[in-house]
Amino acid sequence: MSESLNELGVLERPEASTPLGWLFWVCVGWLTLNVLAAIFANVLPLVDPLYQNYNVVNAGPSLHHLLGTDDLGRDIFSRIVFGSRVSIAVGVGAMLIGFGIGAPLGMLAAYRRGRFDTIVTTVMYVFLAFPAIVAVIAVLSFWTPRSLLKIILVIGLASVPLVYRVIRTATMAIATKDFVIAAKVQGATDRRILIKELLPNIAPIGVSFLLIGIATVVTLEGALAFLGLSVNPPTPSWGNMINESRTVMSQNPWLVLFPSLALCLFLLCLNFIGDRLRSHFDVTEVKL
Amino acid sequence: MLRYVVRRLVMLLGIVVVISIGSFYLIHLLPGDPAAVILGTGDTPANRAILYKQLGLDRPMVVQYFIWLRNILHGNFGISFISQTSVASTIRAALPIDLELIALSQILAFAAAIPLAMRSARKPDGIVDRILGAGSFTLLSIPPFIIIVLLVLVISIKLGISNTGPSSYVSFGTDWIVNLESLTLPAFTLAIGSFVLYYRVLRSDLIATLQEEFITVARSKGISRRRIMWRHAFRPSSVALLGSAGVNIGGLLASGFVVEYLLAIPGLGYTLIAAINASDYLLVQGIVLVVSVGVVVINFLFDFVINIVDPRISRE
Repeated sequence: MSESLNELGVLERPEASTPLGWLFWVCVGWLTLNVLAAIFANVLPLVDPLYQNYNVVNAGPSLHHLLGTDDLGRDIFSRIVFGSRVSIAVGVGAMLIGFGIGAPLGMLAAYRRGRFDTIVTTVMYVFLAFPAIVAVIAVLSFWTPRSLLKIILVIGLASVPLVYRVIRTATMAIATKDFVIAAKVQGATDRRILIKELLPNIAPIGVSFLLIGIATVVTLEGALAFLGLSVNPPTPSWGNMINESRTVMSQNPWLVLFPSLALCLFLLCLNFIGDRLRSHFDVTEVKL
Repeated sequence: MLRYVVRRLVMLLGIVVVISIGSFYLIHLLPGDPAAVILGTGDTPANRAILYKQLGLDRPMVVQYFIWLRNILHGNFGISFISQTSVASTIRAALPIDLELIALSQILAFAAAIPLAMRSARKPDGIVDRILGAGSFTLLSIPPFIIIVLLVLVISIKLGISNTGPSSYVSFGTDWIVNLESLTLPAFTLAIGSFVLYYRVLRSDLIATLQEEFITVARSKGISRRRIMWRHAFRPSSVALLGSAGVNIGGLLASGFVVEYLLAIPGLGYTLIAAINASDYLLVQGIVLVVSVGVVVINFLFDFVINIVDPRISRE
């Protein structure tokens, strides 16, 4: 349906405005490498991230320990790779929950309108006014003992209103377009319109917001780890590696630099890809 | 205008009620008997009786909420059984520090963002705009907790500049110069995140405004570029800026928590984390309530200011 309309030139598809560029693919490559390393950390030839070798304490980078060792003689490179697991799991997991609930609700509300839309939107806006970060800190400090799953759940639920707003706004802009009305006139079912007509058009906005959302959640997890509200040491995460390194910062600056660098590069790539995708699909009418 | 304000006030009230229910319910997220966890080591029959009276823990949940709410509305946040001090007085002592820190950071952020955004908007895609764009994008990806750690590493430890490191805070009344010195790094750290946001928002709005017809008219009348920028373009472009500043407050507070915790500045954030580690749950609850309501009220005030800047909004 939409294809035939496209051939006729009826369907107005935004032209790709800016090319993605080589830096985009460098970022994609770096993220892929990060994710693969996190998944296969167990099988990779890495030192045990918890193994304490007191013969090499606070060592700088060397051939044996690529990025040096920390104050307990643990290998920093190995800890960064294993630490990425927590950050990536929280980022991806929380956004899956946020999008899993927020996106279908947002699409449905924007498509159906009427009372359903009014009720859901009002409820979401009340929660949106709630400072989400304070709520996350509050719930995690009371809901003990903390675990990775609880952290993912709490951040994921806190992100639902935000995802809802973005997806609803994006869907509303498309739901009134001619091709959707044409599909309705031809008697297409609601399910078909939502999945075949609306979803492919919202997907680019959704994906770019998803990536920026993951970056935000990874930052938040880092801050939580800093405040002692994320996974407990000795399990490494980027946040608690930076936090632990503070005490020995003056003797061993590598210890704070490398995990910080890993985290910043990861965030930079996510933000860059998200930003590029957004301008590539030219969705200026949707403010993220 | 009045109708708009009233409608917003009703919504504000609704949100505050939701926040109060949420903060109240936090206590019941605690595993096991909440009284035992709250009392901690002070679990004596006498203390238990005080706590039961204060929170109404032996009553049904709905009744408990109203008992709690009545106490809060009377300014009674309870007495911490860990530190034996009133929660309200602890919060009152810590709050001004956060306000000072946020005010300083916002002054820095606006002072940098407004002129730089104007400079960028004058020649979009020019060399200055490109450098600022790339720079602000990079800063966007550096979390505040990394910025503050690196600043402390370089400025306080490597360069050894005094009164900037951890635990160097003194109150404004004691010695205001040392006070400002000790708040320089945290205020700067918080300012960076806000600056990036304000710069990007104001730049794109200014670019759009400068293409409007009234700007062309002003130009053709021979008004200077500086005057056009400040008097004609800035006000219509500042709506989104104010909006993002209002929304930014919540995130700013959370970053402030991390920074305070790291430098041992006894504001709400530091107090909150100390309370979490000491299992001082009544204090945590009080801080969460005050901070959440504060953020919502600040957002409301910003909405109000936006309306004064651009009265068209309330007419929609």
